[in-house]
Amino acid sequence: MNEIIHLSATELAAKLRAGEITSVAAVQAHLDRIAEVDGGERGVNAFLHVNTEEALAVAAEVDAIRAAGGADAQALHPFAGVPIAIKDLIVTKGQPTTAASKMLEGWMSPYDATVIEKIRAAKLPMLGKTNLDEFAMGSSTEHSAYGPTRNPWDLDRIPGGSGGGSAAAVAAFEAPLALGTDTGGSIRQPGAVTGTVGVKPTYGGVSRYGAIAMASSLDQIGPVTRTVLDSAYLHELIGGHDAADSTSLNEPVPALIAAAEQGASGDMTGVRVGVIKELQGEGYEAGVQARFDESLEALRAAGAEIVEVSCPNFKYALGAYYLIMPSEVSSNLAKFDGVRFGTRVLPAEGPLTIERVMGATRAAGFGDEVKRRIILGTYALSAGYYDAYYGSAQKVRTLIQRDFDAAFAQADVLISPTSPTVAFELGSKTDDPLAMYLNDVATIPANMAGIPGITVPGGLSEGLPVGIQFLAPAREDARLYRAGAALEKLLEDKWGGRLIDQAPELSAATTGGVS
Amino acid sequence: MSAISREDVAHLAQLAHIEMSDAELDKMTGELGVIVDSIASVSEAASADIPATTHPIALSNVFREDVVGTTLTAEEALMNAPDSVDTRFKVPAILDGE
Repeated sequence: MNEIIHLSATELAAKLRAGEITSVAAVQAHLDRIAEVDGGERGVNAFLHVNTEEALAVAAEVDAIRAAGGADAQALHPFAGVPIAIKDLIVTKGQPTTAASKMLEGWMSPYDATVIEKIRAAKLPMLGKTNLDEFAMGSSTEHSAYGPTRNPWDLDRIPGGSGGGSAAAVAAFEAPLALGTDTGGSIRQPGAVTGTVGVKPTYGGVSRYGAIAMASSLDQIGPVTRTVLDSAYLHELIGGHDAADSTSLNEPVPALIAAAEQGASGDMTGVRVGVIKELQGEGYEAGVQARFDESLEALRAAGAEIVEVSCPNFKYALGAYYLIMPSEVSSNLAKFDGVRFGTRVLPAEGPLTIERVMGATRAAGFGDEVKRRIILGTYALSAGYYDAYYGSAQKVRTLIQRDFDAAFAQADVLISPTSPTVAFELGSKTDDPLAMYLNDVATIPANMAGIPGITVPGGLSEGLPVGIQFLAPAREDARLYRAGAALEKLLEDKWGGRLIDQAPELSAATTGGVS
Repeated sequence: MSAISREDVAHLAQLAHIEMSDAELDKMTGELGVIVDSIASVSEAASADIPATTHPIALSNVFREDVVGTTLTAEEALMNAPDSVDTRFKVPAILDGE
């Protein structure tokens, strides 16, 4: 296998700056990898669109600037020339944005998301757009209208969701970096089941302008990478205030790279780590619990003070989430009406009124899970039910915030398994929406409270990755990078290398792709 | 609460402007019933004295200077429209009939 694609983004960036590798070579290596493992009959299917021409052009531009030297070369972002993949929920000029829905098949955004403007300014070549559950609704990427993504660790299993494409692309060495979005765990749960790193920043820490809205009080864009330090670099690049997003925090981005570098010493002396009593035990697979317990031991041995914290209202979090999220979904997706953009479907018979065109368009354009959530949200917001459902759910949100406040009075960071199970088999939960929803039980509380979370690889159970989640108070994202990098270092010392290097070798032979 | 009937789902689908076949309504009614039952517990947690949280990190008075920013041109705004005339979206008839 080409060694360029095995480098972390930070390692690749250093080689680009030193002139050991050109950006064109780096982009081409990843494009070759995509051609080899993504498209075959049993391909990973992480990409919905591959942006070959533009990616190579940006790479060539970076190479030319570096070759010329001088002030322009000095002014380049440290990651200039490092390729990145973009979740197809984030709008991009010049590439289609579909949200993995038939509703937006072939849709071309007339504007760039703010995070895309930042990536263009830093000259990171965009490899393409990654697969997801339709409109980011799901935990397995099986609700994509363009076929599921496969988990690179086992091609018969799910890569998590909704951002399964971004996580699988990074895990399969098709990209060193990717962007995801996290409404209830859509960055962290795919990170956990693919053995990669994913961060949900503090709500408002990264602009959401140009992320197609699912549930606006919960959505957050964040980094998807193979190492904690890579996430820190990407997070600092995309973070910061944006006047185009009225929920954006008008505060400087914290020093995340420095925190990750501090954590990489492995020293956790004086750091109080709170184990959330309610996010372990029953419902968590034995193998997941075992890796979690080992991580706690490693942190304790490195000087961390392990304390137990209780968040009694977390038992209501999933229920409250499945009221608030669909309510916001039903409102946000009302704009897909077949008039201004997207698909328009005419009714098979009868008069062509706007109401009937809308009904036919939304029937054909949306998949089952999207319809379920729109109907559920319409129900929760309807007269007679509003107080009992939506109103109560918002009160539960207050209770969850209070639980976190109490927990963070005792601990600097909190820790739990990221997902209660390892990756399950494709198709095994598609007929049971409730079982699917339970995948996000450990990740949802952070979205409800707006606090940041990270998942780092915690080892294997039955040959499949387990994720460990850290949570920090709002605006304290740096603590995640310190603790995450420390655990990464401690476990890699034990394993003798990165977990992702234990993944089975993918090739054109295993995926049916082009060799 | 709970007990969501097939008629309820048909009415909600109409409100949400999603045409549904009889088979779809049957399936959706069953699935929503299970989901609604499982989320009913939230009302037991929410007593009257607890304030609602609408926004995870509350910001107030988010203003900007009253200056013209970047906006889409008519051509850009219409580039994805299923149907348009001149500089306008073309909308199907609002009312049935001539």
